Amino acid sequence: MEISKNKNPDYYLLNELFTDEEKAIRDTVREFVNHEVIPIIEKYNQEMKFPFQIIPKMGELGIFGPTLPPEYGGMGINNVAYGLIMQELERGDSGVRSFASVQSGLVMYPIYTFGSEEQKKFWLPKLASAEKIGCFGLTEPDFGSNPGGMITKAEKVDGGYLLNGAKMWITNGTIADVAVVWAKLEGKVRGFLVEKGTKGFSAPETKGKLSLRASVTSELVFEDCLIPEENILPNSGGLKSPLMCLTQARYGIAWGVVGLAMECYNTALDYSLSRIQFGKPIASFQITQEKLAYMLTEITKAQLLCFHLAKLKDGGTMRPQHVSMAKRNNCEIAKTIASMSREMLGANGILDEYPVMRHLNNIESVKTYEGTHEMHTLILGEDITGIAAFE
Amino acid sequence: MKIVVCVSLVPDTTTKIKISGTNKTIDETGVSFVINPYDEYAVEEAVRLKEKNGGDVTAISFGNDKYKEAIKKAFQMGADAGVLIKADGEFDSYTVAKNLSDAIKEIKPDIVLFGKQSIDFDGSQIPAMVGELLNMPAVNIVTKLDINGTAAVIEREVEGGKEIIEANLPLIIGTQKGINNPRYPNLKAIMASKSKPITEKAPSYTGNKLEVTEMKLPAAKSKGKILDGGAASVPELVKLLREEAKVV
Ligand SMILES: Cc1cc2nc3c(=O)[nH]c(=O)nc-3n(C[C@H](O)[C@H](O)[C@H](O)COP(=O)(O)OP(=O)(O)OC[C@H]3O[C@@H](n4cnc5c(N)ncnc54)[C@H](O)[C@@H]3O)c2cc1C
Repeated sequence: MEISKNKNPDYYLLNELFTDEEKAIRDTVREFVNHEVIPIIEKYNQEMKFPFQIIPKMGELGIFGPTLPPEYGGMGINNVAYGLIMQELERGDSGVRSFASVQSGLVMYPIYTFGSEEQKKFWLPKLASAEKIGCFGLTEPDFGSNPGGMITKAEKVDGGYLLNGAKMWITNGTIADVAVVWAKLEGKVRGFLVEKGTKGFSAPETKGKLSLRASVTSELVFEDCLIPEENILPNSGGLKSPLMCLTQARYGIAWGVVGLAMECYNTALDYSLSRIQFGKPIASFQITQEKLAYMLTEITKAQLLCFHLAKLKDGGTMRPQHVSMAKRNNCEIAKTIASMSREMLGANGILDEYPVMRHLNNIESVKTYEGTHEMHTLILGEDITGIAAFE
Repeated sequence: MKIVVCVSLVPDTTTKIKISGTNKTIDETGVSFVINPYDEYAVEEAVRLKEKNGGDVTAISFGNDKYKEAIKKAFQMGADAGVLIKADGEFDSYTVAKNLSDAIKEIKPDIVLFGKQSIDFDGSQIPAMVGELLNMPAVNIVTKLDINGTAAVIEREVEGGKEIIEANLPLIIGTQKGINNPRYPNLKAIMASKSKPITEKAPSYTGNKLEVTEMKLPAAKSKGKILDGGAASVPELVKLLREEAKVV
């Protein structure tokens, strides 16, 4: 096995704080991404396809729902290791990381947290092995940042619930075997498991994306869709339930985009050392060095945010607002770093020979989904002042 | 089937090597170490043999505490037990081979696998030396291994072609790239590896038959010369290739 050429920048020697197990998990995912994702992803991105062949391999690797206990197909790993998995996946591609985030944080987590024992026993091992794929439907055409206003509704009828409404921008929607769908039942947000093929349920794919192209995005449409009684998530209740899921997925994003930033930094560093202008490497110019110094500093700060956030999460003292800070900050700096990296590569920066333009396009989605930059700003603003600016 | 795989630890291939103050070793500060890449083929082959024939895989390493890393990597890939022959210092191939042989002897394996060479000193000596010390057939640079009962058919790389060898177990094999695709350990194996035991042993010999007297980095490449007179430069080029570069 070849050893990765690009080493992750680790300016503050965080590596020394990782356990053997955390390092081993990171390294195995890194090898996986180096061999199975990076060589092919540019092509899939251009063709706007998800590389389906990697799904069973990811299942075999054990990276879906890995923090869950083994009896449900999980590995019982801690949140540092989980974060490192996300970091390495997104170093490959945000679409691949999104697939894993949705499966773990937005599908397995709600089933584990709000599901019945039967639902857990049935779905979780199959989702862990990737025999089944899931998606998470919260956003609607008219309710994005304000999901509480959702109009999708469920009605209690004989034999179950009748679902009506539509969800939009749903990652994995078209390919999912099960959709975790949030709808109002008697005015209260509840979670439902909608299985592929249920009458009245369709999931057409969203076309024309210029970002996150190696990821399936879909609409979910429910027209008098009858959901069996046993498919409601019994312990879900209120908007808090989907928001708890978002906290999980946002946590993974906070780590993931550091991987994206690292890859863009590595590319820019290598390029600037080898590209000669005015008789010397462009890395010799002060403006280039300022950019590299900025990138490495911001990556290091983001790594430290993630690492400590993991400790808070494992220690049980993490609040959703802590995650907002990391998601907000890390997406922002990743976007700036991707953009700087693109500039430093000059014309080459727009080519598919380098991963930078793809990452730059992807980060646009990642900065928007799971709460836009503005919404996380307002969440922090509310936490600081006690005044909610968005209600 | 009793399987032994010998594993070593080497500087990560991306390391920029620096020589230490003594001029006899490399400077290890800031260097990260990984299992010798060729040993990963050996571990993979060992684990595949176990999966096919049953039995167990013991990973053996000779070196300081750090070498446990290599054993742990073998655990993650599916080895069952580990032995660290613990010794601090710099050792030559003979010393390594002697210690490994003594440890292997106690296990009485059907097969012993090595990487064809370790990428630090590139000696390619150990498999053959262990073969000699244990009086077992040893075949190195192996790209294919088929075992049927106690008979092995082995393909090895030779200049411009391949050589097919038949040998009987117990046997020593040095693996070459191409023999298999080493697996990425999955999370389950990584978690399971935590409880696998590493037995520590004292070295049986630390004498060294060779001494490193000096280590030097290759001389920095001098600047290339460009003759820009087009076709008119050809005679000058030929002259320089002959007299200065001495390549024609
Ligand atoms: C590729 C992709 C995949 C996605 N996957 C999923 C998925 O799997 N499941 C899912 O449920 N959703 C998913 N989403 C949806 C995503 O979560 C939403 O797009 C996001 O929450 C923003 O909603 P919106 O697009 O409706 O924007 P809007 O809410 O309309 O916002 C538009 C702009 O207005 C700003 N804004 C809104 N309200 C305020 C305010 N009060 N103050 C200041 N500024 C404000 C926003 O910050 C933004 O800049 C995905 C989106 C994308 C792009």
